[in-house]
Amino acid sequence: MTTIALPHPTRRLTPAPPAGDLLDTPKFPKSVKRYLGNSQLRANLRHATGTIRAKRVRVVSELPNWEQLRQAGEAIKNRTARHLDSYLEQLEANLVANGAQVHWASNAREANRIVVELVKAKGVSEVVKVKSMVTQEIELNEALEAAGIAAWETDLAELIVQLGHDRPSHILVPAIHRNRSEVREIFLQEMKLYGRAAPKDLTDNPPDLAGAARAHLREKFMRAKVGISGANFAVADNGTLVVVESEGNGRMCLTLPETLISVVGIEKTVPTLEDLEVFLQLLPRSSTGERMNPYTSMWTGVTPGDGPQEVHVVLVDNGRTKVLADPIGRQALRCIRCSACMNICPVYERVGGHAYGSVYPGPIGAILTPQLRGTASAIDQSLPFASSLCGACADVCPVRIPIPELLVHMRHRVVDERKRKHIGLERAIMKVGGWIMSRGSRFGAVEELAGRARGILRKDRLGPMPWPGSAWTNARDLPLPPAQSFRAWWKSGHTDNPFTANRSGEGAQP
Amino acid sequence: MSKSEILARIRNSLVDVTQDDPVLDVPVDWSYGQATAVAEPVQLFIDRVIDYKATVVRAADWAEVPGLVAEVLAQAGATSLVAPAGIEPAWLAQAEAAGIELERDDPPLSHQRLNDISAVITAAAVGMAETGTIALDHRADQGRRELSLVPDMHVCVIGTDQIVTDVPQAMARLAPSLRQHQPVTWISGPSATSDIELSRVEGVHGPRTLHVIVVG
Ligand code: SF4
Repeated sequence: MTTIALPHPTRRLTPAPPAGDLLDTPKFPKSVKRYLGNSQLRANLRHATGTIRAKRVRVVSELPNWEQLRQAGEAIKNRTARHLDSYLEQLEANLVANGAQVHWASNAREANRIVVELVKAKGVSEVVKVKSMVTQEIELNEALEAAGIAAWETDLAELIVQLGHDRPSHILVPAIHRNRSEVREIFLQEMKLYGRAAPKDLTDNPPDLAGAARAHLREKFMRAKVGISGANFAVADNGTLVVVESEGNGRMCLTLPETLISVVGIEKTVPTLEDLEVFLQLLPRSSTGERMNPYTSMWTGVTPGDGPQEVHVVLVDNGRTKVLADPIGRQALRCIRCSACMNICPVYERVGGHAYGSVYPGPIGAILTPQLRGTASAIDQSLPFASSLCGACADVCPVRIPIPELLVHMRHRVVDERKRKHIGLERAIMKVGGWIMSRGSRFGAVEELAGRARGILRKDRLGPMPWPGSAWTNARDLPLPPAQSFRAWWKSGHTDNPFTANRSGEGAQP
Repeated sequence: MSKSEILARIRNSLVDVTQDDPVLDVPVDWSYGQATAVAEPVQLFIDRVIDYKATVVRAADWAEVPGLVAEVLAQAGATSLVAPAGIEPAWLAQAEAAGIELERDDPPLSHQRLNDISAVITAAAVGMAETGTIALDHRADQGRRELSLVPDMHVCVIGTDQIVTDVPQAMARLAPSLRQHQPVTWISGPSATSDIELSRVEGVHGPRTLHVIVVG
């Protein structure tokens, strides 16, 4: 047997994520179709969101002052946002006073460049990472990979996603779209390529799977020289960063390496240490539905003799100042990424996180992503419409972001921008419609035509139509017009009901 | 350069803000550091810690601690124990006498050495009843952060006078430590994950078991 040497694509250090850019996600009504058909995904999501919802309600109702807590959380975040410049300067001064080095990045490219340079300066070829939304947003892992540095995700779900060549589908339980046998397969196939192999007799029992991850990652933690984290909160008056987590991988990354680089969105700032008492009650109860998450780490720059002795903090804008410029839209910056709005959202429960084409899915993603990225792409223009405006998200949001109000606001912004660009087809259609409907005879003629079309098409629902009809029919079926219009039926003496007659006459299945 | 650019963008974005004093601009209606209505904080703390699948033993006074430490370690089958430099030496005597190999983290042990030791013992800074949370501020009797992280089992000794009602009171007690630049770690049960089909697994990366000795 001879083997033929195939041209090998450049060897990657970490598993390749799926091809394509998140920004190229088709607009929401189109992209949901892919996911609506996935019954495994829908069942997992329903189970997950339902369970977390129930836990959340239970632990929230335990606190008699929950409403006051929410109001305090809202006010503290508003105070911070409205004076963000001075709080950031204070934060920087306190970090520096405590031995940290502070870097400022206006956009993703700059943030990635700063981190890559810092890691390269340490002369290492791998880093361990704590789950962090902002590093996903700036696609730091790929920037590191391109620079010849392997970035290892250490949160169990993130590890499943990374080893599975996949993207997260939920910010809290990112691998919720995978079931246990898929996780087992991924671990068996991939772990051995990148470090300690999974045991050959690995079962699909969650404790065994977690054990395999523990052993695989322990090796990486022990040798890691550089750790990369985000932060849930950055305290201006003391320079303290806070990471909230469950598994202990965060503590490992924050404690064992010699160098720690924390990438922090500028909106994570809170004014004082005391303010943490509000958020450390709001966050765990809203997020996992626990009274408290297993581990919370707080550190202030460098602690001599304890943990990393070189500490960097990268403060990232990447669109946040743009969000800040819109006095209504800026409310989205209060978000503490608890995911309660996702878990309660009927749209999210059915389509999952991938359809949103962003690292921030669900209701918060629908209002935040188009503000951060702007509304140039199809997916970003469609996101504010990815909601039925039922309002459940606003009721659960621990920092009282009026999400439906912001959705409507963003819809206006998208429509206004579109109007400015071209005299929409919609307006042309409306004009024609107006002309037809302004005269009874014209309207009657069109109705008759429609009825005849039905005879030709021989079905009673219209599926996807070619453009421009696709704008409506791609996401919804359209019932065919009746064979006889109401006007014609009325004129003919209306002895029977044309609508029910039509329904039973054709189409209905036994 | 980016700093001045970002700060300028922020200022441009906030032209609608006219009050310079953040406190006057946005009042926060909250009184900080308050005790909450918990009738029996110590009992609630114990119940909540047990809720997290940690074990709790109660010592009537500090004299009982050495015996309980030895007992807890023996029951868990621990063979070696690491202790921070500033821990009360009396707590360790009985365990050592019972044949547990004892190491002091002085000078600091390597990652690998800590990884090979079965258990760690620490004191604590604050306990929160409502949430069953233990806070360490990593002073000499608790040791550096790595110590209570890498070994497989964590034995934590806390006095009833350290237990407060809830998060606000705890924050008030911990703020001075944080202002002295001590790191702080909050621990609520052993580490846990629900990442696979939402089924809860205890003990992922941190200590797989947590044993709490409540004294007083
Ligand atoms: S918008 Fe509110 S509910 Fe949604 S993730 Fe952010 S803080 Fe949580």
